[in-house]
Amino acid sequence: MLRQFLLSSVIALTGFGLAAPVLAQDGPLRIEITEGVIEPMPFAITFFDEGGAGQMVGQVRDLVAADLTGTGLFREIPQSAHIARPAGFDAAVAYEDWKAINAQALVTGAVSVQGGKVVVKFRLFDVFSGQPLGDGMQFDASTGNWRRAAHKAADQVYARLTGEGPYFDSRVAFVSETGPKNARLKRIGIMDYDGANIKWMTDDSALVLAPRFSPDGNRLLYTSYATGFPQVMLMDVNTLASRQMGQQQGTMSFSPRFSPDGRWIVYSLEQNGNTDIYQMDAGSGAQRALTNAPSIETSPSYSPDGKQIVFESDRSGSPQLYIMSAGGGEPRRISFGDGRYGTPVWSPRGDLIAFTRQVGGRFHIGVMRTDGSEEKMLTESFLDEGPTWAPNGRVVMFMRTTPGDTGQSRLHSVDITGRNMRPVNFDGAASDPDWGPLLP
Amino acid sequence: MGMAMKQMMKFAALAVILGLAACAKPQGGMVNDPYAMGGGAAGTVGTGVLGGPGTAEYFKAEVGDTVNFLLDQSSLTPEARAILARQAQWMNQNQGFSAMIEGHADEQGTREYNIALGARRASSVQEYLISQGVVAGRLKTVSYGKERPLAICSTEECFTKNRRAVTVVSPGFGS
Repeated sequence: MLRQFLLSSVIALTGFGLAAPVLAQDGPLRIEITEGVIEPMPFAITFFDEGGAGQMVGQVRDLVAADLTGTGLFREIPQSAHIARPAGFDAAVAYEDWKAINAQALVTGAVSVQGGKVVVKFRLFDVFSGQPLGDGMQFDASTGNWRRAAHKAADQVYARLTGEGPYFDSRVAFVSETGPKNARLKRIGIMDYDGANIKWMTDDSALVLAPRFSPDGNRLLYTSYATGFPQVMLMDVNTLASRQMGQQQGTMSFSPRFSPDGRWIVYSLEQNGNTDIYQMDAGSGAQRALTNAPSIETSPSYSPDGKQIVFESDRSGSPQLYIMSAGGGEPRRISFGDGRYGTPVWSPRGDLIAFTRQVGGRFHIGVMRTDGSEEKMLTESFLDEGPTWAPNGRVVMFMRTTPGDTGQSRLHSVDITGRNMRPVNFDGAASDPDWGPLLP
Repeated sequence: MGMAMKQMMKFAALAVILGLAACAKPQGGMVNDPYAMGGGAAGTVGTGVLGGPGTAEYFKAEVGDTVNFLLDQSSLTPEARAILARQAQWMNQNQGFSAMIEGHADEQGTREYNIALGARRASSVQEYLISQGVVAGRLKTVSYGKERPLAICSTEECFTKNRRAVTVVSPGFGS
């Protein structure tokens, strides 16, 4: 069901028939995320129908533009301002016409549809140096998956202009919330990163929490109260088959995450009121304790190399962040600010840890380096919680809950500069986002 | 098939339904049983049980099923100990009941930490009841963290009510 996508080829377009650039430039057109972009880079985008595409041309064009502008790094110059439209996708680019409207980057694209298959092509140009930025590329997919082909094209444009990894062609697992605050109904869904293509993975008959993707995106760990007690479950995303992992009588288990190689599951196990971190072999189910303390140890997350685990512990008296070896052992504390720290998540790039911090009656999503330095708050509200990293480690998604009787959780995303915060386009209350891997 | 036979079968079917209802919800089910109002014999089943000291309703209303906790705490306040002493006394007098202790937290805290905190609170109650003579095998714990608030406002007044452990008693020894 989820696997019908046929992204069969990523082809560098050859025979690229443009005159050689005459202008050298100091360096490639590049926008730096870490510097906190205040003025977005203006770009123009124009698409052509290369056969049978009809309204899908506009849909693909709009989605590529939405992906780019949604980052907060780029500003689209409206089509009404375009001076001249090239004769076709392979026609020469009149750079002067794009310079005149102050477009720094130009994206041209083409869409064709034939036999249930859509082909999306694009080229990217640096207008002021008058040369292409990289080769043109094409992506094909079944027409039902046209959004993925558009996300792939937008990902390439984003990656070339920022130097960062792509992330638009990815999915997010989340919990949909309905019903009153004291009797919430929850079900797990998966959607595209932009809120499209929602697929339901569970019904709302049992309380379910915090889905977490396997590294390949084909399995989901989550916590279910189906037995009456919170227990870690593992679901096959394609078949929806689900099974309980490592049940021990009289215990509760929750807060699971995969290791980066998918071989291990690290999670919290509660026994006799005390919660420690355990590791389970995802294949055999064999379990062992990684911590053994009378304090609460929870929310473990692996480093991308699988060698360390960051987690939350209140052994100092209040919840703080610690890092230990993936095999257990003495942890070192990395958070030292006021208030309480929780839900640490290691960036897939390895450089940062995102977390929830509660201080002065407010909640923040923050990031810090893995040694605890350069701590920075990205958000603030009554209740922000549970960050999850985009595959490129440059954006986090989280839940923001409003106060009061009618309080609701909604998903939001923010980049690591904290400048580009926006709600995720999901029509309803939702919590516990988990950003999956970049799709193949 | 004669009338007498039909009556007998109807009676038998009714008896089976009543029997099942009694198994599933022995204490409250009888008073809610639709047959209790209609059938002659069935109508007397619940009489004298509702509101009696040996019922879950009595435990909840008269003994007190809930204790509250201070912010971030799982230690028992003197008020909580007084309620739990009564709970233990009741449990010791009503040996046919077992209890599920539900630990809860307010919404000020992360989901996962609050599950662990609720577990600590439920365990504090469990330990206290055991210390008062309740056999451990009659007690189970579960934590809902911040998933099931009692009060839904977002002020300290509601947070206080939500930081709680609820002892839910039921006949038998659970499953």
